[in-house]
Amino acid sequence: MYNFDYVKPRTLAEAAKLLAGDMEAKALAGGQTFIPVLKQRLNKPSVVVDLAGLNLAFIKRVGEGLEIGAMTTHAEIAASPEVKQACPALAELAGNIGDRQVRSRGTIGGSLANNDPASCYPAAVLALDATVRTDRRDIPAAEFFQGLFTTALEPGEIITAVIFPAPERAAYVKFANPASRYAMVGVFVAKTAGGARVAVTGAGQAGVFRHSDMEQALDKSFTPEALESVATEEEMMNADIHGSAAYRAHLVGVIARRAVKAALG
Amino acid sequence: MPQLSLTVNKKPVTAEVEARTLLVEFLRGPLGLTGTHIGCDTSQCGACVISLDGKSVKSCTMLAVQAEGAHVTTIEGLAAADGALQPKLHPMQEMFREHHALQCGFCTPGMVMSAIDLVQSHPEGLTEAQIRHGLEGNLCRCTGYHNIVKAVAAAWPLMHGQTAIQAAE
Repeated sequence: MYNFDYVKPRTLAEAAKLLAGDMEAKALAGGQTFIPVLKQRLNKPSVVVDLAGLNLAFIKRVGEGLEIGAMTTHAEIAASPEVKQACPALAELAGNIGDRQVRSRGTIGGSLANNDPASCYPAAVLALDATVRTDRRDIPAAEFFQGLFTTALEPGEIITAVIFPAPERAAYVKFANPASRYAMVGVFVAKTAGGARVAVTGAGQAGVFRHSDMEQALDKSFTPEALESVATEEEMMNADIHGSAAYRAHLVGVIARRAVKAALG
Repeated sequence: MPQLSLTVNKKPVTAEVEARTLLVEFLRGPLGLTGTHIGCDTSQCGACVISLDGKSVKSCTMLAVQAEGAHVTTIEGLAAADGALQPKLHPMQEMFREHHALQCGFCTPGMVMSAIDLVQSHPEGLTEAQIRHGLEGNLCRCTGYHNIVKAVAAAWPLMHGQTAIQAAE
């Protein structure tokens, strides 16, 4: 690992200033992706700004929904009575990320800022129409994700919380890569006041996406059967050593039907 | 260089470290606690698992400076030494021995640390499936996991206040 300076600021303003003033400065959340990246010498930051001292680990009920601080770990979200009550699908998603030790350290804010195309949270954020709050603005889910490892975040912008409206019902089903546990295909389905929403992670060439054909079918009938005739475009799918585009397109349908079944409980 | 103060196996430790020093490097190097192993370079194998403020974490996937002020327990901190010739093993270590849950032993420290966290966080009980799922972050290339799962199941009653005889009944 290349060496760097390490700073653990006590205020958000101080953290923002450190990151804004230096293009080589990097924010550190839970580090479960960033530290492996540093170990591989894939990144050479001048300063690592640790966000752990900013009191950003919290879970609050806001109306029917939830506000989750950016530094809240996957383990905390998985175990939270508030999350289990407002959106059990989100608690379950968090409880199946990586492994137990990764869940002890990895954070929701870090995962979203990284926007790995095979990570789980983007599917929940998009399907639940959540809002990503930063030190300077609120970003709707529809605008936040902008392709592989790319988000609407500006240089130095820090996620502080994610605000989730509570769905009527929801479920997330992941087909995990047997070695890495990353989603080969993950589908989050939600029945909300505004209609059905389906978000797919792991499968798409451009990262997480909404499946509008499935949403229209589920608006007519929120059942697994309603999805049987809905196809997924192979051209949109990622293909790699773990699975071809055709395989993933087929898997999206299978996993989406399982998710709807799970949501109906 | 950053100054670091933390508690390791109940002893206060203060040191200067480079910011890039991983916690596992700090434990194994300056502190000489080589029971915590490095089995991979990709955060996958779990040989480096330690307890950080009561939670199991991969010490290869955090910086030493991130452990500032924390309470760290490594495999060396489990057995009660109390001046005896033979230290009294932690029930999890005892059950690993009893059930032959290791062959080469390389993964064992991380496996034991993960298993203790798993058992402690499930006072309501643990099924075999939960044990297997709960040890997902630890790779063993010898045992086929079967005896490890048996050892963890056997340690559960001992760690939750039952005697071995009660557990057997």
